[in-house]
Amino acid sequence: MSDNEIILKALYDAVEQVNIDLPADQKLAKSPVTVLFGPGSSLDSLGLVNLIVAAEQKIDENMSVAISIADERAMSQKNSPFRTIQTLADYIDILVQEKTNA
Amino acid sequence: MPDSPVMVITGTSKGIVKYLVGYYTDKGYRVAGCSRGETDYKIDNYRHFCLDVSSEDDVKKMFSAIRRDFGRLDALINNAGVASMNHSLLTPMSSVDKIFKTNLYGTFLFCREAARLMQTNKFGRIVNFATVATPLKLEGEALYASSKAAVVSLTEILARELADFGITVNAVGPTPVKTDLIKSVPVEKMDSLINRQAIRRYGEFRDISNAIDFFIQPESDFITGQVIYLGGV
Ligand SMILES: NC(=O)c1ccc[n+]([C@@H]2O[C@H](COP(=O)([O-])OP(=O)(O)OC[C@H]3O[C@@H](n4cnc5c(N)ncnc54)[C@H](OP(=O)(O)O)[C@@H]3O)[C@@H](O)[C@H]2O)c1
Repeated sequence: MSDNEIILKALYDAVEQVNIDLPADQKLAKSPVTVLFGPGSSLDSLGLVNLIVAAEQKIDENMSVAISIADERAMSQKNSPFRTIQTLADYIDILVQEKTNA
Repeated sequence: MPDSPVMVITGTSKGIVKYLVGYYTDKGYRVAGCSRGETDYKIDNYRHFCLDVSSEDDVKKMFSAIRRDFGRLDALINNAGVASMNHSLLTPMSSVDKIFKTNLYGTFLFCREAARLMQTNKFGRIVNFATVATPLKLEGEALYASSKAAVVSLTEILARELADFGITVNAVGPTPVKTDLIKSVPVEKMDSLINRQAIRRYGEFRDISNAIDFFIQPESDFITGQVIYLGGV
């Protein structure tokens, strides 16, 4: 599996974890285009926090890299990395590469 | 005991906590603790991590190990702390840095990492350490007392942010207890301080564990964002 596939898989695991607490009509689909943040998202702010925490844990478990996804850089990007599962995976990929090359 | 509750205690090499580690392992907790130095004791069901509480990387590694090996976290006792008795005009920035890093940054970092682990079970108890030096406005302890005032503020706001996760956050504010922390403070100073308490005696370790017991018991799920100052301060 490429890093990007491992990251997507970790994000799907995280989605599964947060879905447990979401009502049936708000559960997230395990797909790259699922909207996480902004218009069209079924997550409230606490739900997004839960997802990010779960994602960091899954990345740590599956890749043994401890990253902080919600850093100042993520918050200040013009295009939010939290928009969809794919944009989040791309952003995590950068963070993981930076950590492993450091 | 794979299903017994798990507690993290910081600052375990000496002082108040050496007692707390034995007290809570006796009560059936598996305890993980940390300090910069090694411990001079060995207790069953206690696992030690050598780290500085303000080092983000090390703290994250400690919590990864706890998640992997224990799989749960029920309580966090944020005890690690440093004090420095000095007139503000004579206080070097290096001690300001050390005090805030240990007392505030360390407390925050452990709260954050612990809450991440606790929220998976929708249950958690966090107890931070304040001090009577803050409400008594002790001269000579400006930086120590203000770092602990920040801990109180942190406690009150985290209580709100973490309530939805089933996590309570409270603090205990001990009066002077005879440990290394206060050994350099002159006796007259201590006596005049103790005279300002409603109940005039030194604090005992059991006074602190009693307040912690109250906060962490399952029945205290409606108690959060509170500070209990001991001795009636
Ligand atoms: N004793 C009192 O009269 C009194 C009164 C009010 C409040 N308190 C509070 O009670 C708590 C415990 O005090 P105590 O009297 O037991 O203090 P203590 O005897 O000085 O012990 C402090 C512990 O914290 C650890 N520690 C200090 N800095 C650390 C760091 N940067 N990273 C990791 N561990 C660190 C120390 O171990 P290492 O040196 O090995 O790291 C030690 O195990 C503190 O929060 C203190 O503010 C105490």
